[in-house]
Amino acid sequence: MGLRVENLRVYYRTLSGYVRALEGATFAVSDGEIMGLAGESGCGKTTLGHSLIYLKPPMTYMEGRVLLDGQEVPIWDMKRMSEFRFRRISLIPQYAMNALNPTRKIGRMIADLLAAHGVDFREILPELKRRLDLVQLSHEVLNMYPIELSGGMRQRVVMVISTLLNPALLIADEITSALDVSTQRAVCEMIVEFRNRGFVRSTIFITHDMSILYQIADTIMVMYAGQLVEKAPTEVILRSPHHPYTRMLIASLPRVGVRHRQERLQGIPGAPPRLLDPLPGCRFRDRCPVAFARCAEVPPFVEIEPGHFVACWQEI
Amino acid sequence: MLSLEKVTKIYRTGALGMRKLTAVFEVSFEIGDKEIVALIGESGSGKSTIGKMILRLIPPTSGTIRFEGIDIFLLKGQAVKDYYRKVQGVFQDPFASYNPIFKADRIFTMIREEFFPGISRSQWEHKVEEALRAVGLNPPDVLGKYPHQLSGGQLQRFLIARALLLDIRLLVADEIISMLDASTRVDVLNLLADLRDRGLSILFITHDLSLGHYISDRSIVLYKGRIVEMGPTERVYARPLHPYTEMLMASIPRLDQKWPGQHTRIERTTSYGSSGCVYYSRCPIAQEICARRAPELVEVEAGHHVACLMRS
Ligand SMILES: Nc1ncnc2c1ncn2[C@@H]1O[C@H](COP(=O)(O)OP(=O)(O)OP(=O)(O)O)[C@@H](O)[C@H]1O
Ligand SMILES: Nc1ncnc2c1ncn2[C@@H]1O[C@H](COP(=O)(O)OP(=O)(O)OP(=O)(O)O)[C@@H](O)[C@H]1O
Ligand code: SF4
Ligand code: SF4
Ligand SMILES: [Mg+2]
Ligand SMILES: [Mg+2]
Repeated sequence: MGLRVENLRVYYRTLSGYVRALEGATFAVSDGEIMGLAGESGCGKTTLGHSLIYLKPPMTYMEGRVLLDGQEVPIWDMKRMSEFRFRRISLIPQYAMNALNPTRKIGRMIADLLAAHGVDFREILPELKRRLDLVQLSHEVLNMYPIELSGGMRQRVVMVISTLLNPALLIADEITSALDVSTQRAVCEMIVEFRNRGFVRSTIFITHDMSILYQIADTIMVMYAGQLVEKAPTEVILRSPHHPYTRMLIASLPRVGVRHRQERLQGIPGAPPRLLDPLPGCRFRDRCPVAFARCAEVPPFVEIEPGHFVACWQEI
Repeated sequence: MLSLEKVTKIYRTGALGMRKLTAVFEVSFEIGDKEIVALIGESGSGKSTIGKMILRLIPPTSGTIRFEGIDIFLLKGQAVKDYYRKVQGVFQDPFASYNPIFKADRIFTMIREEFFPGISRSQWEHKVEEALRAVGLNPPDVLGKYPHQLSGGQLQRFLIARALLLDIRLLVADEIISMLDASTRVDVLNLLADLRDRGLSILFITHDLSLGHYISDRSIVLYKGRIVEMGPTERVYARPLHPYTEMLMASIPRLDQKWPGQHTRIERTTSYGSSGCVYYSRCPIAQEICARRAPELVEVEAGHHVACLMRS
């Protein structure tokens, strides 16, 4: 059944007021789906990812619900969330591979983590070893400290740990951004492999890199300034995007083969709004070439074709 | 204009500097007039170290860097100042270049104090506005603001504008795009191309191969501090010769094509012997001799060099 999110609104409480980082998000990720979550820096990708698992202050739950396989996920309740975290919903945070405890050996760290969730390390060790084999890491890494591993190896370790208990939902936040292209590719192939083998059912793969999503995502959801703007199957988002922001974003991406001397790409004039006091209505309004009076109201996220959702008054 | 000859940089690390780390090894290349040269390679391959040596921020352990024929590390006094009038750098994180308690345009004032003490106020303001327009900013929109009131792209363009105030000939741009959003990064890239067309040369340091391809005239591929391949960008991308470049090109995530079928080779834990090819432990076509002999950079077609025993 997968994940369903309904009208989820999450803000950051700050001294100058609320930062409106996630505004009324409604979407679903089905079983087996790898959903890419894309958008510019600061648009709310990490906020959305974290809100499904770990709503840490100053992050503030405002309204909305989250259902996993039809069961309510009590995201506003830190205590009750502990039974979901890691077991059923697992998160690989942005920069995780650099955040591994430097004084703990990898094996020790895994044992601690499992103990905290009431799982016996020795019982799971054979499976852990099988998975290390699968990602071509020697069992030796269990006796090593994080600094003894390259960035790519650390990222593979993090992936094995996060999926060890076969979570229903994996949220991977920018896990490829610090890696070189060959390691990026290896990590991406693992995401697909883990899904294919059923280690993970649904995946939310957060990145600002659309060309990576094209390689592995079944669907792509695009955010802008805290609002969902479009979600569709990968090919549709890349070949026939409907939202003006998605269109301009895709057009601004340098493709291999395109050279400045032959074809000059176009950026999007202007800058995203501040999320403390954004314009009411569609937040893309002041940069949108086809904005009109109606855009002062928030456009609903509507399904214009099966599986293709757009939040734009021009599309309704 | 700029040439590097067998430039090596060894860092001393660890307690008492006992451990040596060869970050750059015998690197030679040139940058000509009106040329964008991309320096590409994975993290730790020595790209920034080369950029910093060109900017005289750190000295090479051996080798020579010449600008207009003169060794830049022999420059003294006024000649150093003149060098910085012609060669400037812009770095990855635009926010790090600003002090948050001062207005962003203080970076221009500092240039005035250093290089143009005699200029009149109105002449200077005119010059600053010209430079801002050249980088696509509207002066009244951005002057008099604090760093947090400007976007990353605007701050990055401020830094480029600062370099332009000096009539520079060469810009070292170290990962200046990676902090920027897709929608603004194209503007900065296009700006670099316009500057090139107006006479500037640029060393464009990046690990993003698509960006390097979009913007550069020539490409240099580094692996563990060595140049493994170098040539006209079109040739290097269309017909890579070194197995490392080949693998990079095949791994670029593209928007028009999925990764080809076979799985990526991932790095093994073994290290290479000190006498052989640096790529030996990962190379799919390595032969026995590669473990013992280090390949030299050889020109295999006009301007296209490769360092591989099997490909030259
Ligand atoms: N602790 C915080 N307090 C206040 N505002 C915050 C906090 N954390 C994030 N924000 C703001 O919330 C918005 C969304 O941030 P978020 O980290 O979700 O963006 P993102 O899309 O993940 O960006 P990136 O691509 O840079 O990781 C941003 O405008 C950010 O400035
Ligand atoms: N000041 C220093 N002292 C010791 N080692 C250093 C120093 N600066 C860099 N290094 C090392 O030298 C090597 C090359 O570093 P450099 O910063 O030039 O790489 P890079 O190609 O710019 O990488 P990145 O893409 O991560 O910026 C790395 O192994 C790095 O750890
Ligand atoms: S709702 Fe209006 S402003 Fe927003 S994208 Fe659509 S047309 Fe543009
Ligand atoms: S010299 Fe040998 S090991 Fe090095 S890249 Fe060429 S074939 Fe591979
Ligand atoms: Mg984030
Ligand atoms: Mg660097």
